[in-house]
Amino acid sequence: MKKSITNWNNFPVVEAKEISFDFQKDLVPKLAHSSIPHGNGRCYGDASLYSDVVNTLRFDKVLAFDEHYGIITCQSGVLLSDLLQIIVPRGWFLPVTPGTKFITVGGAVASDVHGKNHHVDGAFSNHIVAMTVLTGTGETLVCNKDTNPDLFWATCGGMGLTGIILEVKFSLKRIQSAYIRQKQIKAANLDEVMELFGRNMDSTYSVAWIDCLKSGKHFGRSILMLGEHADTGETQAEHKLTPREKALFTVPFHFPSFVLNGFSVKVFNALYYAKNYKREINSVSHYDGFFYPLDSILSWNKIYGKRGFVQYQFVIPFDASREGLKNILARINKMGMGSFLAVLKLFGDQENLISFPMKGYTLALDFPIRDGLFGFLDELDQVVADYGGRIYLSKDARMKKEIFWKTYPRAREFQEILKKYDPENRFNSHLAQRLMLKV
Amino acid sequence: MEENVLILGAASDMAVAIARKFASAGYSLTLAARNVEKLEAIAADLKVRYNVAVASVKFDALDFASHEQFYHSLAERPDVVVCVFGLLGDQFEAQQHWKACEEILFTNYVGAVSILNVVANDFERQKRGTIIGISSVAGDRGRQSNYFYGSAKAGFTAYLSGLRNRLYHHGVHVVTVKPGFVKTRMIENIKTPGPITASVKKVADSVFTASKRKRDSIYVLSVWALIMLVIRFIPEAVFKRLKL
Repeated sequence: MKKSITNWNNFPVVEAKEISFDFQKDLVPKLAHSSIPHGNGRCYGDASLYSDVVNTLRFDKVLAFDEHYGIITCQSGVLLSDLLQIIVPRGWFLPVTPGTKFITVGGAVASDVHGKNHHVDGAFSNHIVAMTVLTGTGETLVCNKDTNPDLFWATCGGMGLTGIILEVKFSLKRIQSAYIRQKQIKAANLDEVMELFGRNMDSTYSVAWIDCLKSGKHFGRSILMLGEHADTGETQAEHKLTPREKALFTVPFHFPSFVLNGFSVKVFNALYYAKNYKREINSVSHYDGFFYPLDSILSWNKIYGKRGFVQYQFVIPFDASREGLKNILARINKMGMGSFLAVLKLFGDQENLISFPMKGYTLALDFPIRDGLFGFLDELDQVVADYGGRIYLSKDARMKKEIFWKTYPRAREFQEILKKYDPENRFNSHLAQRLMLKV
Repeated sequence: MEENVLILGAASDMAVAIARKFASAGYSLTLAARNVEKLEAIAADLKVRYNVAVASVKFDALDFASHEQFYHSLAERPDVVVCVFGLLGDQFEAQQHWKACEEILFTNYVGAVSILNVVANDFERQKRGTIIGISSVAGDRGRQSNYFYGSAKAGFTAYLSGLRNRLYHHGVHVVTVKPGFVKTRMIENIKTPGPITASVKKVADSVFTASKRKRDSIYVLSVWALIMLVIRFIPEAVFKRLKL
């Protein structure tokens, strides 16, 4: 039975046959000739889409939790939101979390997700003790940095192409409370926010919201957000380790496409910037609001309308960042294709094969799909590539293969490892086909 | 001491959801399934998530002779028993081969009756306890597409109703649950309409609430009460002509 499936950005929509499994033993005989694992569908593109998909959501058992050392072992289909419910009351937190908690652990590995603490703690892969992968050769292999390291590195950020991640054992971060001590600093322009990032490298969490539609002396005005886990003294004792999972509301239907336009985004940005009337605001807030502001609005993706949107996230190497960001922001500015969710972040160093992060600035923008958008993004891709940067595969639905091969210098090596562990292409995706990673 | 729930057929996705619901309310659990290995991960998960005691035991619904001994050798006497196991089977194959037909009837009806008789006698003596049977809307009226399954579930529904009548006088409560379409392994390859298809979590919530509020018989989604009302009211002369 085929059905339409898509990821969070509603583009592309494909017809696929979906299977799911509760036990590894049941999975193997059900596997289609060629398929791709699919978690909670929160990536923005075609990485987890193919004519056959293996839904992992029912493979969601937490197998062990060492509360003393903070090490958890779970099956790949468990959601980070479920893990938070378990670990926060016992004084632990995720070592790395992206901007939504509604992703699976398998997805976190396959995308090698990063968070606001990348410059301090690296990406998700940095915290994996070991994992098991059902590869294309039909073997279930354990891997980490020491055992089957080639499989490990190709699986972290490997977009599910090495096989099905089954179990992941990873280490957690100790916390005293569920709260974050937060500092918000307004920056009048891009130079100022970059300087602030540089000065706050020792902050555990840092990220900036940036206004892409402002020109002149306020070009790149931003609000930098810094955070540290609060200790017990700063919070109400009785709630100190309470997780939270309450949605505020659900977007009921796809908004018509005229709702988002240059004007409405400008108004939103002005209001957002103006709400911080002081230059610096210090507060203590719950982790849920700090890390997952959009999770409280279920189905927020529908505001972009039926045609969907793309999230464009790129990184530019540190030395070229200033020039590169100015160049790209100026182009966005000129096109008036602003997005009100533009997020800027300074990455730290990272050892990797096919993962996205590298030392430098990353900017993530949402663009509703409109005529002319893809041509414009092709232009941006070229600029990103010229500065030595690259595009995040988990958020990509349209990059040209030439750009991919040019910007991921170890792609060939990655492809060789895929051939070793999946010689018959038992795992394949629309992304892999589009980028010619698999034929 | 916390109360204990015995889940019969604990390896299914619906059973896992029910186990999680009870565990989140602090119940300790006894998981019973034919394939005990499958319970390993499920039991570990319940322990980690909810910090409750979980025991796993082997139980074969079709091995009727073992049921008495199975129940009396449980380490912990249950306060609540949820009978979740069931087999949809293949209607067409069962029409051709008695073995397949027998398995459907024995699993859904005879096996359930066999084990619940033992539970009922124990609960009756103790004058307490709750028995929850997962029956089916398929038992409300026989249809050509699944009448072996449906008739076994019809028998099970009638059994639960009789059992409720008997045990009411002894302070024991019996709940009949008719889930309707549920997103489970059982119907993974059948296309069902979204608005009348429940999640396993929804089933678990309803089961728990029904047991707490001492409801007698529930449909998980209330729209099913209406659907089945209509289906039951179609005159047989018309019904037999339909392709259902």
